[in-house]
Amino acid sequence: MRGTTLVVTTLLAGLGLAGAAQAQQKLKIGVTATLEGTYTVLGEDGMRGFELALRKWNRKAGGKDLEIIVASTDATPDSAIRAVRKLVEQDKVDLVISPLSGSEGIAVRDYAHTQPQMTFINAASGAMETTFVNPAPNFFRWNMDGAQWQAGLGSYIYNEKGYRKIATVGEDYSFVYTQVFGLAVEFCGLGGQITQRFWVPLGTKDFASIIAALPDDVDAIYLGLGGADAVNFLNQYAQAGGNAKIVGGSIMVDQTVLSSKGRAKEILKGAVAASGVADTWEDPRWQAFVKAYRDAFPPDKRFASPSLLAVNYYNSASATFTTLDLIGGDLSDGHKKFRETMAKLELDAPNGKIRLDHNRQAIGTNFVTEVVEDAQGNLVSRVVRVVENVNQTLGLPLEKFKALGLPSRTTPECKKY
Amino acid sequence: MAAAPVAEAAAPGSAPRTSAAGGIPTSGWILALVLLLMPTFASDFFLVQVFGWAFVLGTIALSLQFLAGYGGMVSLVQMTVAGFAGYMVAILGTSGLAQISLGWPFWLAVPTAIALAVLFGTLSGALAVRTAGIYTIMITLAIAAAFFYFTRQNETVFGGFLGFNGVRAPVFWGIDWRAPVPFYYLCLAWAAIAWGLVVWVVRAPFGLALQGIRDNPRRMAALGFDVTAHRIAAYAFAAFLAAPAGILLTWLNGQIAPGTVGIGPVIDVLVIAVIGGLGRPIGPFVGALLYVLLRIFAMDLLVALGLSGQRFQLVIGLGFLLTVLFSPDGILGLWERHIRPRLAGERGGGR
Repeated sequence: MRGTTLVVTTLLAGLGLAGAAQAQQKLKIGVTATLEGTYTVLGEDGMRGFELALRKWNRKAGGKDLEIIVASTDATPDSAIRAVRKLVEQDKVDLVISPLSGSEGIAVRDYAHTQPQMTFINAASGAMETTFVNPAPNFFRWNMDGAQWQAGLGSYIYNEKGYRKIATVGEDYSFVYTQVFGLAVEFCGLGGQITQRFWVPLGTKDFASIIAALPDDVDAIYLGLGGADAVNFLNQYAQAGGNAKIVGGSIMVDQTVLSSKGRAKEILKGAVAASGVADTWEDPRWQAFVKAYRDAFPPDKRFASPSLLAVNYYNSASATFTTLDLIGGDLSDGHKKFRETMAKLELDAPNGKIRLDHNRQAIGTNFVTEVVEDAQGNLVSRVVRVVENVNQTLGLPLEKFKALGLPSRTTPECKKY
Repeated sequence: MAAAPVAEAAAPGSAPRTSAAGGIPTSGWILALVLLLMPTFASDFFLVQVFGWAFVLGTIALSLQFLAGYGGMVSLVQMTVAGFAGYMVAILGTSGLAQISLGWPFWLAVPTAIALAVLFGTLSGALAVRTAGIYTIMITLAIAAAFFYFTRQNETVFGGFLGFNGVRAPVFWGIDWRAPVPFYYLCLAWAAIAWGLVVWVVRAPFGLALQGIRDNPRRMAALGFDVTAHRIAAYAFAAFLAAPAGILLTWLNGQIAPGTVGIGPVIDVLVIAVIGGLGRPIGPFVGALLYVLLRIFAMDLLVALGLSGQRFQLVIGLGFLLTVLFSPDGILGLWERHIRPRLAGERGGGR
């Protein structure tokens, strides 16, 4: 909570400055983040990433001052539609950077179809369908989807860790379906087995029945939870004396969970996960970004290292501002030049180079990581494998990938493809 | 109708100003005129997202106000009934989820959805009527919670967490009913009809009997009235008010998902009815307008005041808390006790 106080007040300062400038010299950017509900900490760190990009551009892009309007959501598609509609129809923003969460993304894409004059840049949401099914020509996604963020994980746990049978526990919505999809395609493709898939509602407080039902005869448990759900699960799992080996999803093994208080996160020590970011990556671009993040916010108002959400928001904002710079901030042609330029852009992001495919979906770098304790006693994710050029079909030919079906509770089947 | 005595008191000079500023009618006619002419001066966003949403929520809260104010039954199931109707329209009609939606034409899907929702509301009522007070609240809340969790878990019929997207209002008579102005009038029309129905019903024999049952069920039973049947009929009537509002809500958002029928929205409807005032049918609409404005603009308000926008939930909560603290009978009560006597006093002083 306190973290975004700073963000929003600094945004406010920018807003005041922008207000003084002349109307045509100003660009209004609308942003949504999950500032309420289960994913509040994720939304707050996302806004930190956005703030970093704003500072880097000095609140100016394409020669115009940026005015930022923030709207809050709670990870439900309903709230995302309400927030985005307010930004577009009431605040009359020039561009929208939204949303954060998977099911929100699908809803915003549908809304984008009804607003062809507006351009939407996805902030961080990672459901596959958002750009893969019925993609909107005015919706750009600069982060990979949930399945891409699992690239390399399946083969790593099969080959290096020797896991053969796993069970999964995930939140019951699009993003986690997509994550398990990515894991299953690779892991099952090698011959691994997913014996059971547990789905819990987003915002679950009591995991007792799930924990009791977890099978013993598996090599590891895959956890696809996030935010408060992840912390609640770990607490209860620790109390129940759980000691299974953990394989984690992208927002499970993330600073939003690793930075939580209490001993619950200890369970995550040694957990293998995959994500679009890795806390300890040696790359100078990443190290520079981590330093900028740490310098920008006091230690009690940030995580030890920027989360996946901070990076996604930073990248989405960077891509937007870079494009605006390239076209001189000129959106007067109905965003035509903006969209053409953005589609061709290659972003030199802190987590590797990112470019877009024909559906305006990111192709980028993925990291398989293991959780370790650093010198200060913080839990961080250490890179064990880097997978470059991960595309949305996970390297499969399009037709073969389509034949797998769309991510759901039971899709894909766990078998060799 | 409810506003008629108010108009008398405030008539000289000040009437139009007060009506525009507070959204509280100084005269039913002026209010009706302002509402009818709204599209000439309000932006599309205000038409749909503020007033459309407020009419829809107000109508759902009105169905609660009817049950609570005239029947003495605080039912938390009204939002669920509305959401049920919304779900039915998505399931029977067309939506983005083609593998579930049956694709019926709207003239078949909408009446069927309303009928099913009324059935749902009536059955919920039949379960709840034999209880009173806090037990009614508990039973209806339990039904609402069960429905919410069911829709979230069930994928084959209710579409799970994501629900149904791409639910569009129909296009007929050459009008796209989801376009801002037609949709505004659609919401306004149903809100006005619902309000008129409640005003009419509470003066009809059924409504009077219901109020008698509220005040003394035993005596009414002794007089030969079937208390249970009256109460169930009240639930059915309330469901009939809420169901079309639920369909409008679905068209407004273009989608329906468990978030629409969650515990939060269920409680919100009660909050709306209470802060508006449970005494009169106009109260829920006043409450809904305040609620909608707070929900949409609380963050901007904080930022404009130089505070952290993060605390917008606090503003919403404080707004409601202050209303209830200073006026247990809602905004309408505040008006009755403070503003109206003052207006009347000024006029008296001038004589």
